[in-house]
Amino acid sequence: MPLLWILVIVLCLGVAGYVLGRQRAMASAGGDRRILHSLPSYYGANVSIFTIVPALLVLTIWLFVQPVVIERQVTSMITDTAIEDAGSRGLVMTDVRRVAEGLEVAIEQGALTSEEAQNIRTEFTNVRSRLGEVGVALGGEVTPEVLDAAQRYRELNRIGNQMMTIVVLILAALGLGYAYARTHQEFRARNTVEYAILTILVLASTIAILTTVGIVLSMLFETFNFFQLYPAQDFFFGTEWAPTFESDASELGLLPLLWGTMYVSVIALLVAVPIGLFAAIYMAEYASARVRSFAKPLIEILAGIPTIVYGLFALITVGPLLRDYFAEPLGLGTSSSSVMTAGIVMGIMLIPFVSSLSDDIINAVPQSLRDGSFGLGATHSETVKQVILPAALPGIVGAILLAASRAIGETMIVVLGAGAAARLDLNPFEAMTTVTVKIVGQLTGDTDFSSPEALVAFALGLTLFVITLGLNVMALYIVRRYREQYE
Amino acid sequence: MSDATAPSPTAPTSSLLKQDDRTRRRNRAETRFRAYGMAAVIVGILALVLLLTSILSNGLSSFRQTFITFPVTLAEERLDPQGNRNPEEMARVTTFGYAPLLGQSFVEHVQSMGIETDLGPREMAAMISDEAPGQLRAMVLANPDIVGETITLELLAGGRIDGFFKGRVTMASAERDNNVSPEQLLLAEALREQGVMDTRFNWDFITAPDASGQRPEAAGLGVAILGSFYMMIVVLVLALPIGVAASIYLEEFAPKNRFTDLIEVNISNLAAVPSIVFGILGLAIFINFAGLPQSAPIVGGLVLTLMTLPTIIIATRASLRAVPPSIRSAALGLGASKMQSVFHHVLPLAAPGILTGTIIGLAQALGETAPLLLIGMVAFVREYPSAPPDGFFDPASALPVQVYNWTQRSDPAFVERASGAIIVLLVFLIFMNAVAILLRRRFERRW
Amino acid sequence: MNDMRAVERDVDTNDLKITARGVDVFYGDTHAIKDVDVDIVDNTVTAFIGPSGCGKSTFLRCLNRMNDTIDVARVEGSIMLDGEDIYDPKVDPVQLRAKVGMVFQKPNPFPKSIYDNVAYGPRIHGLAKDKAALDEIVEKSLRRAALWDEAKDRLDQPGTGLSGGQQQRLCIARAVATNPEVLLMDEPCSALDPIATAQIEELIDELRSRYSVVIVTHSMQQAARVSQKTAFFHLGELVEFGETGHIFTNPSDPRTESYITGRIG
Repeated sequence: MPLLWILVIVLCLGVAGYVLGRQRAMASAGGDRRILHSLPSYYGANVSIFTIVPALLVLTIWLFVQPVVIERQVTSMITDTAIEDAGSRGLVMTDVRRVAEGLEVAIEQGALTSEEAQNIRTEFTNVRSRLGEVGVALGGEVTPEVLDAAQRYRELNRIGNQMMTIVVLILAALGLGYAYARTHQEFRARNTVEYAILTILVLASTIAILTTVGIVLSMLFETFNFFQLYPAQDFFFGTEWAPTFESDASELGLLPLLWGTMYVSVIALLVAVPIGLFAAIYMAEYASARVRSFAKPLIEILAGIPTIVYGLFALITVGPLLRDYFAEPLGLGTSSSSVMTAGIVMGIMLIPFVSSLSDDIINAVPQSLRDGSFGLGATHSETVKQVILPAALPGIVGAILLAASRAIGETMIVVLGAGAAARLDLNPFEAMTTVTVKIVGQLTGDTDFSSPEALVAFALGLTLFVITLGLNVMALYIVRRYREQYE
Repeated sequence: MSDATAPSPTAPTSSLLKQDDRTRRRNRAETRFRAYGMAAVIVGILALVLLLTSILSNGLSSFRQTFITFPVTLAEERLDPQGNRNPEEMARVTTFGYAPLLGQSFVEHVQSMGIETDLGPREMAAMISDEAPGQLRAMVLANPDIVGETITLELLAGGRIDGFFKGRVTMASAERDNNVSPEQLLLAEALREQGVMDTRFNWDFITAPDASGQRPEAAGLGVAILGSFYMMIVVLVLALPIGVAASIYLEEFAPKNRFTDLIEVNISNLAAVPSIVFGILGLAIFINFAGLPQSAPIVGGLVLTLMTLPTIIIATRASLRAVPPSIRSAALGLGASKMQSVFHHVLPLAAPGILTGTIIGLAQALGETAPLLLIGMVAFVREYPSAPPDGFFDPASALPVQVYNWTQRSDPAFVERASGAIIVLLVFLIFMNAVAILLRRRFERRW
Repeated sequence: MNDMRAVERDVDTNDLKITARGVDVFYGDTHAIKDVDVDIVDNTVTAFIGPSGCGKSTFLRCLNRMNDTIDVARVEGSIMLDGEDIYDPKVDPVQLRAKVGMVFQKPNPFPKSIYDNVAYGPRIHGLAKDKAALDEIVEKSLRRAALWDEAKDRLDQPGTGLSGGQQQRLCIARAVATNPEVLLMDEPCSALDPIATAQIEELIDELRSRYSVVIVTHSMQQAARVSQKTAFFHLGELVEFGETGHIFTNPSDPRTESYITGRIG
């Protein structure tokens, strides 16, 4: 039975359960809802939950487990010679799956009856061309062995699906019956339903943890694979980045990328921190309510602009400008994409980030400290420089760390503004590249996930994740400590 | 220490009405400091203005396009050799069969107008976009009965001719360009005076699919907008319920223990994880592990959901926290269960804040580019994805990725296209943020 | 020598340090102070009393123009310090506040060392020509605030680490260090325990010998203990102003009497 139908039936059972449960509860109370422990709808919902949830849970697990079990069964049918011919077990299995799926498609389109599909023989029929007619393209001729495996694969799948249908539907019916039998006026239906809802809430909030785990695992495994193919010390301490298409010749050193990342980030922070900080000071301490009411949103618009827009700005405006008016007259280079281009544009992107964080932090400094300073005859700037900033320093350091983590992880601006050439150079008008640019570079387009050139992206990603995570944790810790100080 | 040796504290000091040197110096420092602050604000605003001007000045012209209007004779012997108007047989004639027809009709039209030119027929025909034969073919196949007639068509002009009318291509640049000659530009100028060529608003930029690197004039945003729209649906459908459920648990039910601490730390860290890392996650988990198709809006939507969740959770928790405890106590005091008090009273009161946060989260997701590059959305897609739910699994592009795509192409006309695409993206963002601000203004409640 | 100074002081006693005439203060549309006339005499402690929200703190903050830092506040009328109008456009509030120091309700030491807290004023006003002079000012100020003995061994530790009473004395030391002529105190003991309060009150009495002190308090006992002159504010008006003993024993206005006997406030 198709999956959709199973779902529909289970859901219908659920709805039926709702109606039945409700009715039974009302009946048990003799039609007087005041006698019931919970509202009638809770009894209905309770039966629904017992009908649907276990059935769907089993269904989900089944869908994940069945392919793995069948794969194992079928794989054992394939002889070693067939594997050698095709190159790897995985490739043979891909063929098997495609043949099996192709036969299903053929039956569906009416090109073959199911008996014909069952009895098809490589000796009598050109399976490849028959399947090709229904739109399933195969890489090579179908060997009898593969066809056998495919037939077995279909058979197992059919049995599996049948069993799944039966098990799921029985479970739904059982759940319905169980919950229906329990429905009685004294049954605490609301508590059960609320427990179920609470479980959903808890599951929803664990997604944050699952995401983190997913991020770490997805990169950890592939990084591990990468280090099997490419020595770790060459990656971490290599000063040359030169991937080639013939393997064994690639140089995949992290240092030039890290250097580019740091160089761009430092320039970005040199732009963003003074401007952002002074803007925050002006907004928090000097600006009249009117000025603040239009200047603050304007600067915050910068924060809402997607990074691709900054990237394009770097590419078509800032880059050529810097090249024509600074780099070429000074003889420092002829490239419009450069560390400077990316750094300045990224700095602009970070201005609102630094300024709004600093604004919050400056506003958190208690008014009594300002009063104390003014009361002693300090000017406003003396108060800011000698009382407010030192008091806000931990918070501001935290904000700068967060900004740094942003800068290091930023992708589109550097992809479009910094260039793609990995080099260790001091000239800021030279094109350099960063970790994020290379992750994009190595993973876009057709990638072969068994080559070190592609896998290195996962190692780069993990490096990036570790660096930014470290900065974030440190920053959050500092900011939290700072907040506590004035609470 | 004896008091007498101390300087008398009440010594008749200087008059208040006269500033001493030191005070003047300090006041100058004050003025300077204030000026730095103002300068910083002005630099920030200037940066915004420069950014927007740069994008607008480069991109606004992409909404206009140059068209050539002339009569085309659809010769039957070329398009339908059998003469039976059977679309299946006519489909055998490729665009290479249509191109000469267009060229010929165009040359004849120019000659009939009496415009003098040194150009040969081939060079004249080259002024028509390479996309035009394909468009004509689609038109004929959809309506075979027009074969044999002479119809007046409005066809795209080539990218360089279009650029000439927009000021991007000049006589001087045409000298050095292999794709266009000054003579062609002169002819274009003459044709415009005759009303044959015309630059006007071009809906196709918003609705048409992407075109290849040689045909910037035909490239449009249709597939990208649709793809982005599908992804936003996925994000909304997944992130809003999950985010709200997680926030309700954390804010209303969670005990203070290791587990909830772990969740909190995770959420605040996820909010600061670089977006590209989410792309790696999507590639490794959704595509390589779960086997979902590349370039599909469903995968993009899932990745963006994970990125948007922290934003929605943080906003939702803030608005739940803003609902005063007295509301909860009132409900509990009437005998409602904790769950009922939350779902019946707290959640509706927090709804405007949650909605605002969700829209802002969606706006962020709409502009996100880097993770989408890794899950294959850079692919060149000309087919519109079909209607949902199947369409979620069809290849599509996304607005910001389309911008990136166009920046990677060599024809300078794509700079205009990329900037234009950004204008479209920004219009969507402005709209979403405006809705969020309106909601906040309209429903904001101070307790 | 001390005697000679004492004689000088007696002569000064009747000097008017601050004269306020017809002062009105507005916060936006709110009329917070209505037509107040007050004379502050040198080397005396003047207490402002009255129920919460009566404007006594607002008026105090007019005396060193601390209200300038609030955008919506507007002051009318004249306040003269030593015969000079402190609201004259030519007057720099920064210079004024160096002469008229202030101590606040809640102890608000800067998040710096004890030494830097006290040295803050002298540094910004340039009162010390070198490190030794600064050390001397710091020591003298801490002695005057009766904090030297407790703080001398921990001058480099943060001022926020002191106890509440010590912090408030540190704030007094900080105010004294700029060499002011008038010391304004805005409920300086309201955040302190009784023992610390007693110490501060004792200190205020000593400070009187050098400065004219204006103290806002809502404790009538405190006003009676430390002040020589008392002003009673009610709803933004100055109801009664006179010798402390007179006000407390024989108030001439019925509102003052109600307040003192606890019927309003």
